[in-house]
Amino acid sequence: MHIVVCIKQVPDSTQIRIHPVTNTIMRQGVPAIINPYDLFSLEEALRIKDKTGARVTMLTMGPPMAEAALRKALSFGADQAVLLTDRKFAGSDTLATSYALSAAIRKLGEEEPVDMVFCGKQTVDGDTAQVGPGIATRLGLRQLTYISSVVDLDLAKREITVQRRSEGGVQVLKTALPVMITMLEGTNTIRFGTMDDLFRAARTEIRVWSKDDCVEDETKVGLKGSPTVVSKVFVPKPRAEKAKFIEAEGGEPAGVAAAAVETIFAAQPKLAAGLLARAAAGA
Amino acid sequence: MSEAAPSKPQGRRFQLPEHLKAYKGVWVIVEQERGAAHSVSWELVGEARKLADKLGVEVGAVVLGAAGPDLERICGESFGYGADVVYKVTHPVLADYRTDPYARVMTDVVNTFKPEIVLLGATTLGRDLAGAIATTLATGLTADCTELDIYAENRSLAATRPTFGGTLLCTIQTLAYRPQMATVRPRVMAMPDRDETRTGQVIEVTPDLAEEDFVTKVLSFIPDSERNEAQLAFADIIVAAGKGLQKAENMSLVWDLARVLGAEVGVSRPLVQAGWVGNDRQVGQTGKTVRPTLYIAAGISGAIQHRVGMEKSDLILAINTDPNAPIFDFAHHGIVGDALKILPALTDAFSRKLSVNRLAS
Amino acid sequence: MVEKFDAIVVGAGPSGNAATYTLAKAGMNVLQLERGEYPGAKNVQGGIMYAAELEKIIPDFRDDCPTERHIIEQRIWLLGDDSYIGTNYRSDAFNTDAPNRYTIIRANIDKWFSERIRKAGALQICETTVTELLRDASGKVYGVKTDRVGGEIHADVVVMADGVNALLAKRAGLHQELAPQNVALAVKEILFIDPDLIQQRFGLKDEEGVVIEIMGKVTKGMVGTAFLYTNKESLTIGIGCLVSDFKQAGVAPYKLLEDLKNHPVIKPLIEGAEMKEYAAHMIPEGGYNAVPQLTGDGWLAVGDAAHFNNAAHREGSNLAMASGRMAAETIIELKRAGRPMTAANLAAYRRKLDDSFVMKDLKKYRDLPDIMHANKQFFGAYPDLLNGAAHNLFTVDSVDKLTKEKEIMRSFVKKRSFFGLMGDAIKLARAFR
Ligand SMILES: Cc1cc2nc3c(=O)[nH]c(=O)nc-3n(C[C@H](O)[C@H](O)[C@H](O)COP(=O)(O)OP(=O)(O)OC[C@H]3O[C@@H](n4cnc5c(N)ncnc54)[C@H](O)[C@@H]3O)c2cc1C
Ligand SMILES: Cc1cc2nc3c(=O)[nH]c(=O)nc-3n(C[C@H](O)[C@H](O)[C@H](O)COP(=O)(O)OP(=O)(O)OC[C@H]3O[C@@H](n4cnc5c(N)ncnc54)[C@H](O)[C@@H]3O)c2cc1C
Ligand SMILES: Nc1ncnc2c1ncn2[C@@H]1O[C@H](COP(=O)(O)O)[C@@H](O)[C@H]1O
Repeated sequence: MHIVVCIKQVPDSTQIRIHPVTNTIMRQGVPAIINPYDLFSLEEALRIKDKTGARVTMLTMGPPMAEAALRKALSFGADQAVLLTDRKFAGSDTLATSYALSAAIRKLGEEEPVDMVFCGKQTVDGDTAQVGPGIATRLGLRQLTYISSVVDLDLAKREITVQRRSEGGVQVLKTALPVMITMLEGTNTIRFGTMDDLFRAARTEIRVWSKDDCVEDETKVGLKGSPTVVSKVFVPKPRAEKAKFIEAEGGEPAGVAAAAVETIFAAQPKLAAGLLARAAAGA
Repeated sequence: MSEAAPSKPQGRRFQLPEHLKAYKGVWVIVEQERGAAHSVSWELVGEARKLADKLGVEVGAVVLGAAGPDLERICGESFGYGADVVYKVTHPVLADYRTDPYARVMTDVVNTFKPEIVLLGATTLGRDLAGAIATTLATGLTADCTELDIYAENRSLAATRPTFGGTLLCTIQTLAYRPQMATVRPRVMAMPDRDETRTGQVIEVTPDLAEEDFVTKVLSFIPDSERNEAQLAFADIIVAAGKGLQKAENMSLVWDLARVLGAEVGVSRPLVQAGWVGNDRQVGQTGKTVRPTLYIAAGISGAIQHRVGMEKSDLILAINTDPNAPIFDFAHHGIVGDALKILPALTDAFSRKLSVNRLAS
Repeated sequence: MVEKFDAIVVGAGPSGNAATYTLAKAGMNVLQLERGEYPGAKNVQGGIMYAAELEKIIPDFRDDCPTERHIIEQRIWLLGDDSYIGTNYRSDAFNTDAPNRYTIIRANIDKWFSERIRKAGALQICETTVTELLRDASGKVYGVKTDRVGGEIHADVVVMADGVNALLAKRAGLHQELAPQNVALAVKEILFIDPDLIQQRFGLKDEEGVVIEIMGKVTKGMVGTAFLYTNKESLTIGIGCLVSDFKQAGVAPYKLLEDLKNHPVIKPLIEGAEMKEYAAHMIPEGGYNAVPQLTGDGWLAVGDAAHFNNAAHREGSNLAMASGRMAAETIIELKRAGRPMTAANLAAYRRKLDDSFVMKDLKKYRDLPDIMHANKQFFGAYPDLLNGAAHNLFTVDSVDKLTKEKEIMRSFVKKRSFFGLMGDAIKLARAFR
């Protein structure tokens, strides 16, 4: 069994700020983290490794500093890591990213056939949820997105059964390896690696691949290979007025609440009518 | 997501090649599961109507599934919400959603009829399918848009979406490839009015598929109604709670008010993380997007990741002890006060208002 | 199998980094353990770095060290309620190829230093907290235990560079609890601001920087100081007072910082800036008299953990780096001579310190902490008196200057007796001698 887990290093979006004067995004000093959704997939891959002894390879495409994300992933227990980095990859959109990543996975597969690819449900910076399906489509892997649990993995038959979140319910799907899986958030918690894992992570040589190591058609990566064009980036307009504060004489909760109810009923007559009708019907 | 500045790097194409100019029409892939269409599809048909009118082209609705009365009804609804043409794609293999057959069929249909814009809901189905077909069609796909428009000068789709967790918005275009694809979250676009009398042209497509070709099987489906999942996305009133509630026990104050109003209960992420409620109740970037008539936010600071999930609510009432809490920047009405005291008072005031009226009527 | 190293360094602050780097450069098999997610994740420093010590360890540090601005001007301000009196020293001579002092953002420096450490061949492991020292029956330290499963690691010697709380040594009973009058609690913020505004407001060009050290009414009579530093695209502002005083006064530290930011003299300097980062941290300020035991069988303490901090000059990181380097050199010498890491052999470290500026400076100011603590007038009455005096002197109102001087003298004597004034002068002179 060989599992490839794709992770992305992202800026911690809770710490990004808009420069008060220039109105541009301030990334300086914002820590880079592993995309939080990727950790759910990584943990699932590690659980499969625990059960089956599978080999887990981490893969990321990004600037040289993304090595830190790989090293951290190794410290959770992954076996090896590949950093795909090249200036030619800069500006890749999801189509180009999935092209480059699938090229790298194909090359990894030549060393040892890949049975499962795990991706995060989505990233917190790009936030598209498109790269995983892009990889699956390009590599002909069965696509299993929004998986809430891996119910069964039969290595002898090479079959996998999963629960997949869909609108209004959960689908139970059965399919055959090789697959591309994205795990739903909250399905598990990333482990705290052992001391041995940490030593191994600190000592593992991270393999660094450039475009020339795996990509055949360089017009398909980077800006050239990206059909989408970002034509404008801007800060959301703040709402013009702030909230109107509801106050009552004496400031007693009862008075304020009564005033609030009146305000709501006046502002939303339709809602008020609905509520009254519901009350009248004895609901 | 590319993060490039709007400068024009070399070697990129920004002009639409001649052969792609034949692509015409705005399509919505109607999301149909177990006999019912997802409301996001109708929201998108409404939006497609506006875009198509600007371009002077037709709105196409693609309805996929196994043939039957449900599918017929959904085709009719498509016209009612504004479609001009319905592409009715039927085959038993398409009965339940599966990536492989759906992606294969949709790729073929797009290549045959050549629409210039294809819209899908940013649901688990829509995102799963969109990512797959955009790859085989080798075209641009913009996820989770909050605004769609047409740039008059080149007739291209301008898709605006939040990025970096909602701290920024960006507008994205697919200039030199067709179709231009986008997904939009449920409840972001307004629901259009339905005109029962509208009809249009139905184009029937019968794909050549065989069940044996598809490895993935749907074993069963467990509906949320059996799993006691919250139906936040469609709630008309939501009483939402944040960390200001302080203790899990205090959630009863929220449930009490919700009961009087017939409302759903929503929460901010820390409450889910603390295990007070299940993650089906989380509102926000990584939870649900909601658009109720009334959103009561108690003890929620209004972080951007929460805000993006609820700011389109018609009326937001925020209760917070801190007069400078960011939530007051976008709530319509605010109460500066202790939610633990205000919530019971509100429950009381609403019950009184509603019961008085009941006596009177 | 339990891993074994020549040395384990606990902590990736300036002292631990200096030690690890020096050991690794000498070819020692060294492991550095840091509890933060990455080096610098948990560290707080106002932000002045002194080049001399770093240069001794990494001579070419200027090639790629991410410093902010080099300092060309030092101001010392004594704040009144709405005024300041103070001194400035500015010189173009500080604009050299090898400046002596820089403002820094500590997280950036730590990250950079760590990269150099890894390149030098040390093994570095983060997100791992050392929970205790492993000691044999005789009390000799032979390794550490971490919070990870299988967390036992052995080494010939452990360098404790774990900062002001020195929990490891305390837990092992090697150090005592810190006395509240020997530690200050400092809070600081980094404020983002348009670099053009920094240049304008402080009269700077390019990478020039200013530091302002502040005393006076802002500490509300407590023993403490404040500071304002110019970085590339931000300002660092902070204030700290002795923990014992905070306890007694019942003032919240962040409130003190808020008041400082709203002081009429400070406010215009930081107008339009946006808060980026808030941090609170302790500073060991007990001086020479509070320095604990520094070595034992199989262990050494360096940096803040050894209480090496010169409060009078706000120097800490340089003492940390110097002590880290000297600890490493001691270990290297013993190792090369094939001698064991016993308390007696490691005592060479103490001798190195005694011969260096570290101990010499600490000794020089040994009485300062006590004097400050026992004479609160330096933080309450004097700022008022001096600012009042300056106000009187510089108000041109047709009163003759001799009368003004007399009035000023009278106000001083009224607040504090003539002998009190003389006594203070002598005390200070002695402490700074
Ligand atoms: C990648 C990512 C995704 C995220 N996605 C989401 C998401 O989908 N949804 C989401 O909600 N968050 C999300 N978050 C978290 C988000 O950033 C905030 O941390 C979160 O929304 C804060 O929740 P809160 O307002 O309940 O808590 P806090 O920010 O702690 O605010 C509590 C508020 O309660 C007020 N208060 C305290 N006591 C009282 C009282 N007695 N009465 C009234 N008011 C009181 C306080 O003044 C304060 O404003 C995400 C974060 C990340 C990094
Ligand atoms: C507000 C403020 C302003 C200052 N300004 C200046 C200044 O301008 N100039 C100056 O020279 N000095 C200044 N100092 C002092 C200076 O920051 C310290 O003297 C210096 O950081 C001490 O270095 P250190 O390596 O000994 O300790 P630290 O920098 O505290 O590093 C200790 C490290 O050990 C790690 N650690 C702790 N316990 C464990 C454990 N059990 N296991 C693993 N890791 C552990 C910590 O995470 C930390 O990384 C200032 C201090 C403060 C608080
Ligand atoms: N640059 C990248 N390197 C490795 N994996 C990536 C990269 N970008 C996206 N992914 C994977 O694709 C998932 C979805 O990303 P996105 O489509 O950007 O939301 C992520 O969670 C990752 O698993």
